[in-house]
Amino acid sequence: MMRKVMVTLAIIGFAFALLPLAFRAGVQAEPGALATEYLETAPRELGAANVVTAIVVSYRGFDTLGEVAVLFVATAGVGAMLTRKRLGPAAVGRRKPATEVLRTATGLLTGLIVMFGAYIFMHGHLTPGGGFQGGVVIATAVLLNVLAAPESHLAHGVMTAVEALSGAAYVAIGLLGAFLAWGFLDPRVMPTGSIGSLVSAGTIPLIYSAIGLKVGAELSGIIEALKGDRP
Amino acid sequence: MSVMAFIAGINPVAASGAVLVLVGLWGVLSRPNLFKIAVAFSVMETGVNLVILSVGYIRGRTAPILDSAADARSASARMTDPVPQALVLTAIVIGLAVTALMLSYAVRLRTGGGDSSIESYGEEKW
Repeated sequence: MMRKVMVTLAIIGFAFALLPLAFRAGVQAEPGALATEYLETAPRELGAANVVTAIVVSYRGFDTLGEVAVLFVATAGVGAMLTRKRLGPAAVGRRKPATEVLRTATGLLTGLIVMFGAYIFMHGHLTPGGGFQGGVVIATAVLLNVLAAPESHLAHGVMTAVEALSGAAYVAIGLLGAFLAWGFLDPRVMPTGSIGSLVSAGTIPLIYSAIGLKVGAELSGIIEALKGDRP
Repeated sequence: MSVMAFIAGINPVAASGAVLVLVGLWGVLSRPNLFKIAVAFSVMETGVNLVILSVGYIRGRTAPILDSAADARSASARMTDPVPQALVLTAIVIGLAVTALMLSYAVRLRTGGGDSSIESYGEEKW
């Protein structure tokens, strides 16, 4: 009883805290000074059509490096906890084989989905999307394959290699920016090109491609670990 | 102030985000099942993301991507605030990592002979 009262009070308190936001959010007439600065300088200095990408990869690139590290640690944690040895043999039940429809569709769709994911992270500086979104799309292709062939395993070595190499490439491109341009993760190592073309915005597409591959490999690792039969 | 003006003043994205935050908070505080707590955290995260996004929205403006609707010169006059969008992009990814970790803890507790109810872990109870 006491507990219910406390929960109700906590929810009412949160509701009061959120109430002004429901009315005041989105009524500002102009972006703040920082946002205006980003909107004006990102296209001019970095040649990036997508300002959000310019912020994520360049202006706040160090945060994104930390974010990728958090994702890596979480993947390692999930992988360490959900091994067959820890879960015990009873955890892995007998799996039904996939139906004909699912297997055929998987064969047809896997290549297309991976290609779509690569398209999303390569065009992250031009269109909505980027490394994280493209990586998730690639991981859905892995999920489809896991559903179609439940007994199969990911090539663990290949996944580790992709993840490690793309992570190293991310840091290496960042260091290039520190030595050849104006700071760590500065994309102006390469010419910024003209806004809107695929080869533009300096190293932003390269960094986002590395992030896309890394996120795709990590999420595929989580999907594989959640199957629960990793040795 | 009429009822219509009152309703028109509500930002629909922020309001639905606030509702999701409250639903998630209720789930976290009052559900005993560990898996449901993880789901409630996800719901709450979605709500928080919607609220943050709605703060940067400016009525009548376009997404912060240069195209035919807004070129580099008119960018700051015709685009919404890109900073909350970049923050939410980060928050979504971290949220996914946290959810995966919470669920695997719950799976480990369950398969390690434990219960999936939080009541059976004395020190976690409040």
